[in-house]
Amino acid sequence: MHLMYFTEQPMSDYPEEEARKAGGISALMLSNKHFDAVDGSRLYNERIEEYLYAEEVGVDGIMLNEHHNAPFCMQARVNMYASILAAMTEKVKIVLLGNPLPVSDNPIQLAEEIAMVDMISKGRLVSGFVRGGGSEQLANNTNPAYNRERFEEAHDLLIKIWSEPGPFRWEGNHYQFRVVNPWALPLQKPHPRIWIPGVSSIETVTWAAEHRYPYICLNTTIQQTQDIWEVYDQAAQRVGYKSGPEQRGYLIRCHVADTEEKAMKNGREFMWMLGEFTGLGHPVWFSPPGYSSPESRRRRAETQVTQRADSFDKQLENKNIIAGTPDQVIASLKQILEETRPSILALWGNDGKVDHKDSMDCIRLMGQEVMPALREIGKDLGLDSPFEVDSPISLAETPASELLPVTV
Amino acid sequence: MSTTATNFTEEFVQVDFGKVHMMKGGTGQPLLLFQDDLGSPGWLPFYEDLARSFTVYVPSHPGFGKSERPNWMRSTRDLALSHLWLMKTLGLESASVVGIGFGGWVAAEMATMCHHIFDRIVLVGAVGVQPTEGEILDQILLSGEEYTKLCFHDPAKFEALYGAETTVDQREVWEVNREMAIRLAWKPYMFNQSLPHLLGGVDTPTLVVSTKDDKVVPASCGRRYADLLPNARLEVLRDCGHCADVEQPVELAALISGFVSQK
Repeated sequence: MHLMYFTEQPMSDYPEEEARKAGGISALMLSNKHFDAVDGSRLYNERIEEYLYAEEVGVDGIMLNEHHNAPFCMQARVNMYASILAAMTEKVKIVLLGNPLPVSDNPIQLAEEIAMVDMISKGRLVSGFVRGGGSEQLANNTNPAYNRERFEEAHDLLIKIWSEPGPFRWEGNHYQFRVVNPWALPLQKPHPRIWIPGVSSIETVTWAAEHRYPYICLNTTIQQTQDIWEVYDQAAQRVGYKSGPEQRGYLIRCHVADTEEKAMKNGREFMWMLGEFTGLGHPVWFSPPGYSSPESRRRRAETQVTQRADSFDKQLENKNIIAGTPDQVIASLKQILEETRPSILALWGNDGKVDHKDSMDCIRLMGQEVMPALREIGKDLGLDSPFEVDSPISLAETPASELLPVTV
Repeated sequence: MSTTATNFTEEFVQVDFGKVHMMKGGTGQPLLLFQDDLGSPGWLPFYEDLARSFTVYVPSHPGFGKSERPNWMRSTRDLALSHLWLMKTLGLESASVVGIGFGGWVAAEMATMCHHIFDRIVLVGAVGVQPTEGEILDQILLSGEEYTKLCFHDPAKFEALYGAETTVDQREVWEVNREMAIRLAWKPYMFNQSLPHLLGGVDTPTLVVSTKDDKVVPASCGRRYADLLPNARLEVLRDCGHCADVEQPVELAALISGFVSQK
C-alpha cells in the first residue's frame, strides 16, 4: 500500500459569527478582513513541522492540494508547499492532488514548476491534476463553460512537453503558444506519475481510466466508491487493460488520538468544514453555469438549496469520518480496505481547530501504529501500490504487447 | 404562466450553423425582436402589442432556449454575425430591430458590422458598453431565479409570468441560457471594449430606452449609447426594472411603434 498523510491546511482562527452570518458558506465571498496574518504565519510553519514529522514517523507520502478564497484551505498554490517539502524532506513522496489545470493560462510554466519540484525532490513527485471546484473557477475568473476542455487540452500539452523534445508550436483550441520549449524537464522519465482525484464526476473517472491514471476518491461513501470502480473498470477494459487496486485511491477523514475521548473531540472538528458553522458550498458557486455536464443540468435545476452534511454521529456510523484510538481506527480502516480495495490511501488527519500538539500526536500514532498495521492488512488483501508493482504510469506508456484486445 | 397564445407561429429555421427557434406573428413591416439572455417563456403580451403594427420575428439566439448551440461560438460578435446570416436566410434585406438587454448588445454589434441593415434601432436596457458609473449586475454569482427576480421592479410581475414557485423546466431553460451567455460574455462581463469606438459609424435612427429602476444595467449604459450613436435619443421609463418588456409592455410597445413607424 501507499499510505499518505493529508490536511486541508485550515485556518479556523476567524470569528465564527461572521461565518454564520454568511449562512455557513465560507468559500469565495467571506471577507478577507477576517484573515489574520500573524496566525497565518504560525499555521504555515506548524504545517511544515507536521509534514516533516510525518516523514520521520514513516508515512509514505504527503498529499497536498490547493483552494482559493477559502479559510478551509490556506494553500493558494500546491506547487509552493511541494517546493518547500522537496527541499526539506528526503524520503516521502510528494503527492499533488493536484494542480488545477483549467485555471492556468500558461501550462508551460506549470510544466516547468512541476519539473523543478521533481528534480529538487530527486524524483519523489506524483503530479496529480484536477479540474478545480466551481468556486475555484470564479476565484480565478476562468470560464467554467470551458473547464473540461481546458483541463484536457492543458493535460495534453503537458504530456507532449514531457514526451517530445522542444521546441514545438501549439495551436490548440484554448491554448496557443509560438514556442514550447521549457528548459527544465522532470527527473522521472518521461514524467512523474499522474493521479486524478475527484468526488463524483463520471466523466473524470472515465477519463482517468482511459489514461490508466489512478483515481483517488475524495471522501466518498463506500457505496459511491464501489460505483466509481465499476465505471473505472469498464472504461479500463474498453481501452485494453484490467484495472486493479494499483489504480484505486481513497481519501478518508481519520483522526487518531491516545484516548477515545480526545479522538471524538478532535474528530468533531471535521464538522467545521462540513457545515456545522462554515464550509458549506453555495450551490451556484459550487457548480456555476457550464461547469458541470449538460446531462447533470436537470438535476441542478431540481436542487437549488445548500446541502447540509449528515451529523457527526451519522458520519461516524457510516464511516465517512473515523476517529478513535489506533486499535479502533485500524479496525474501521480494515473494513474500508476490504470493501473498497484501494492500494493508495490518504488519511486526512486534522481539521478545524485541532491544535498543533494534537496534530503531531495524531501523526505519530498514524505513522507508528496505524500505518504499519494497514500495510500488513494491505498485503493480506493484495493491495499492492503502483510503486510496489511498478505499474505503467499511463496507457500511453503501456507496452503494446501488454494491452488486451480493445472492446468496442 | 401568463403568456398570450394568440396569432403567432413557432418554427425552427435551419441555418448552416444550426436550427434557430423562432416565434413569429402579426403583419406589416418586419420587426426583429432580440430577447434578453433570460429568454422568454412564450409569446409575451408585449410581442402581441407590437404584432398589431408589424410582422414580429422573435428568434431565440443561437445556443439559447430551444435554438441549437453552436459550440464554436465564443463572443457576442460571433452571435451577431450569425443573426446577419439568419436575416439573409429569412430573406430580410433590412428590418427594424428591438433589442432587450443582452439582445440590445447583439443589435448594436450587428449595426456596427452592417450600417444599413436596420431601418430603425431600439435598445432597451442594453448591455454591451461598459457603464461609466456603476457595474452591470453579475448573474454568475446568483442562481437563475435569484437573478431574474432582480430583473423586476415589481415582484408581482415576476410571479405573474413565472409563478410563485418556479418550475424545474423554467430553471433548466435559465441554466441553458446562462451557459451560453458565459460562453459569449464571461470576461469582460457583458460588454465589449471595442464597441464604443465603432458606434459612431452607425447613423441609423435609434431610440435608447432606460428604465428608472433597473438593478441590472446602470443608467450610464443607456446614456453612453445615446451619446455615442450619432442619431439617437434617450427615453426613460418609470416604475420599471430591467424587464421592461414584461413590466411596462403597453407603454414600451407604444413608444416603439411610434418611433419605428416614423419614416
